[in-house]
Amino acid sequence: MHEHDVLVVGAGGAGLRAAIAAHEEGADVAIVTKLHPVRSHTGAAEGGINAALREGDSWEDHAYDTMKGSDYLGDAPAIETLCKDSPEETIQLENWGMPFSREDDGRVSQRPFGGLSFPRTTYAGAETGHHLLHTLYQQVVKRGIAVYDEWYVTRLAVSEDPDPEKRECHGIVAFDVQTGEVAGFRARNGVVLATGGPGQVFDHTTNAVSCTGDGPAMAYRAGVPMEDMEFIQFHPTTLPSTGVLISEGVRGEGGILYNEKGERFMFEHGYASNSGELASRDVVARAELTEVNEGRGVDDEYVHLDMRHLGEERIIDRLENILHLAGDFEGVDGLVEPMPVKPGQHYAMGGIETDENGETLVSGLYAVGECACVSVHGSNRLGGNALPELIVFGARAGRHAAGTDLGEAIIRTGRTEDTEIGEVDTPVAPGAIHAGDTDDDAVADGGEPRADGASVVPEPDEVVERALTAENRRIDHLMEKDEGIQQAELREKLQKTMTRNVNVFRTEEGLKQALRDIREVREQYQDVYVDDPSRTFNTDLQQTIEMRNLIDTAEAITLGALARDEFRGAHWRQEYQERRDEKWLKHTLLSWNDGTPELWFKPVILEGEDKTYEPKIRSY
Amino acid sequence: MSTPATRERESTEVDAGDAKPRSPHQDRRLQEKATRAEQSQRESEERAAEHENTVEIKVFRYDPEVEEKQEPRFDTFHVPFEKGMTVLDAVMYARDHYDSSLTFRHSCRQAICGSDAFFINGRQRLGCQTQIAELDTPVRIEPLPHQEVVKDLVVDMDSFYEQMEAVEPYFQTNELPEDELAEQRQTRENREKIKMGTRCIWCASCMSSCNIAAGDDQYLGPAPISMAYRFAMDEREGEDMKEHRLRIIEQEHGVWRCQTQFSCTNVCPKDIPLTEHIQELKREAVKKNLKFW
Repeated sequence: MHEHDVLVVGAGGAGLRAAIAAHEEGADVAIVTKLHPVRSHTGAAEGGINAALREGDSWEDHAYDTMKGSDYLGDAPAIETLCKDSPEETIQLENWGMPFSREDDGRVSQRPFGGLSFPRTTYAGAETGHHLLHTLYQQVVKRGIAVYDEWYVTRLAVSEDPDPEKRECHGIVAFDVQTGEVAGFRARNGVVLATGGPGQVFDHTTNAVSCTGDGPAMAYRAGVPMEDMEFIQFHPTTLPSTGVLISEGVRGEGGILYNEKGERFMFEHGYASNSGELASRDVVARAELTEVNEGRGVDDEYVHLDMRHLGEERIIDRLENILHLAGDFEGVDGLVEPMPVKPGQHYAMGGIETDENGETLVSGLYAVGECACVSVHGSNRLGGNALPELIVFGARAGRHAAGTDLGEAIIRTGRTEDTEIGEVDTPVAPGAIHAGDTDDDAVADGGEPRADGASVVPEPDEVVERALTAENRRIDHLMEKDEGIQQAELREKLQKTMTRNVNVFRTEEGLKQALRDIREVREQYQDVYVDDPSRTFNTDLQQTIEMRNLIDTAEAITLGALARDEFRGAHWRQEYQERRDEKWLKHTLLSWNDGTPELWFKPVILEGEDKTYEPKIRSY
Repeated sequence: MSTPATRERESTEVDAGDAKPRSPHQDRRLQEKATRAEQSQRESEERAAEHENTVEIKVFRYDPEVEEKQEPRFDTFHVPFEKGMTVLDAVMYARDHYDSSLTFRHSCRQAICGSDAFFINGRQRLGCQTQIAELDTPVRIEPLPHQEVVKDLVVDMDSFYEQMEAVEPYFQTNELPEDELAEQRQTRENREKIKMGTRCIWCASCMSSCNIAAGDDQYLGPAPISMAYRFAMDEREGEDMKEHRLRIIEQEHGVWRCQTQFSCTNVCPKDIPLTEHIQELKREAVKKNLKFW
């Protein structure tokens, strides 16, 4: 068994920042990641980092913009923390050598982004995420922090108490992708999940193939609530054939959207008469799809994003990689022709419920970055707010996990006197399948190890050992099974139904159809097997385990979407085209109790440190 | 001296073999599975070959654990062709539809994670960045040359990572502003100078293409030297640190080994002028009149 004070799962921006912070507090830290750190998907983030750095701007304005952008579903304590800590964290990156774009006086440049009242997005060309990721990894190397790269974490080692709030996380189970060895990892202080987004739930996504929602799914099955899962951001500018992202920086610099008739529809059709292309992402994504649905799309599929008028010099200086992406992946030269774009799945606003210190209700378990929902983005994330989230909350969770006292969190996790139980009318039973109730079924399902009736609280090492035993059993089962169905077929089916039915525009029947399809996939998953017999670099095995995580994540997204009968931020329901503040100024939560998802709600916190944010109509 | 991030592979290799001895039953099953995989691959080939618009790819196969794959070979797959299809799309299709044991690294599929560098029709390229339509067929896809093959298209990257870490690839300065909200200033010109060096995605294409690196496993190699360039030329680090960095790249297996064959520059998927960076460091080293071997 490997043993460290703090284990960080995932090595994107949030994981690396957490590891550095924990290390600075004196903890023995290890990072466990299924990729090598520089392969993490943070590297593909293009836009920038919002931070109130300049005269005329303030963290309060940043917080106001973020709350408005969230459509009043962000929690004020989280948003204010983000906006207060972001300047220092951003400058820290500069101090660590990050190659930001520069002004004439040598200071870091800032530019306008959608939904911001001040040009406060710091950036490094159109490859900010790449530079952020590499700068952080450089600091990890400098500090000699242990990295278990290409180790895939498959299970959390959490004690088995009927009450999730009394459970403790003592470590993780992972396998070495290169050798197939399965090992337990004991965390003396805490485990920080930083596993990124679940974009692979959809088939048209900007997310990497590795973004399979592993962290949320594992935490969910260990009893941690999933929060606001219905809020999936669809980015307005992705390349139609691949889903590759074209940064919001293009619109920030003045890029224009046209429909097939050459109309600048954001203005001409009244979607955002003031901000036009720089309205927030949900607004632009809906506008584009409406144009397509009403017959004004190019090739009935997409719209045009034009940056030619910006001039070659400015494009090369600030958007050079956009030229490469459009050329390599769509065969379009952005200097001489407009780029085809359409909305694509981009970001999950929801995730593992945490407080503003990154802690979940299971003690010793933290979550940060896109896999978490500290609730800074509410129902719609502003461009340029994901990267500050990584560094701000990554640092806080790392420090807290290392034992540093950050003061009591204002956001409360788990159930309180304010929470209410919800109900949702599902066409099929959601959750785990216990067919036949044999051990094999439970193992194939990836379910929790059956309690053996022991009433004694096990030692931490034993909790890890038990999880290791259960995981070995699951993997042996998947490897030894001779025939059945393979994950690739199931993945395609799941992705198709999610893209068809849980997309930008949602209907009740579509959501119910998605739940039926997800159930069917879950049933077929009982019969899944791994055909590659080798333990060496068995990506078939890895993808099969990821598939289970995709199923649980997809179901949580769809259940949340079905429950929320209103239109808020990125969540649009055909039957309910209005925001319903009297009913829905609250978060949706799902808990996995004995394999059956339970729906409940908690109120959104609109009271900040000095002011209360009053919900207003969002117009741009 | 540098303290490279600890890499935890060795400690576990020892147990891997001992931990799970296989029973004769498992051995037999392994063989059966391997045979079945081969059969289904053949069948799918035949099926796919009947379609008109397919592309033929020949993929290198090797697995030290599976008897049938211990002798390296090429498998042929016929993949339905679509406009815009990349080499990565093709191998993913082959894996998802014909043979799930086909193994390769990939993640972002947009030329930034650097994990799918393969040897495609005799040249190092990123699978995701290479359009099938631009290639002669059948398309030959092999692991990066001069790297140890782990399985199929997956190569061992450890020595590459070690070389990258040997040049102290992290920002170092003793002169940070005291105020935590104060930035270091950097001129636009200086950022422009280091910009290309900061674009490296650690894909190892350049290392694989370099004849010198192939024959000298201690040679720092193009990517690490370019990484050293990116820091040595960064005005924020200061002159003392620049000298320190020049000393690292001037060592016996450093910049002077480069014979300016430009193969690294030719294959770099991010257009980094690696050879130019190496040459400029040579000039800097001479100018500083530091000792060289």
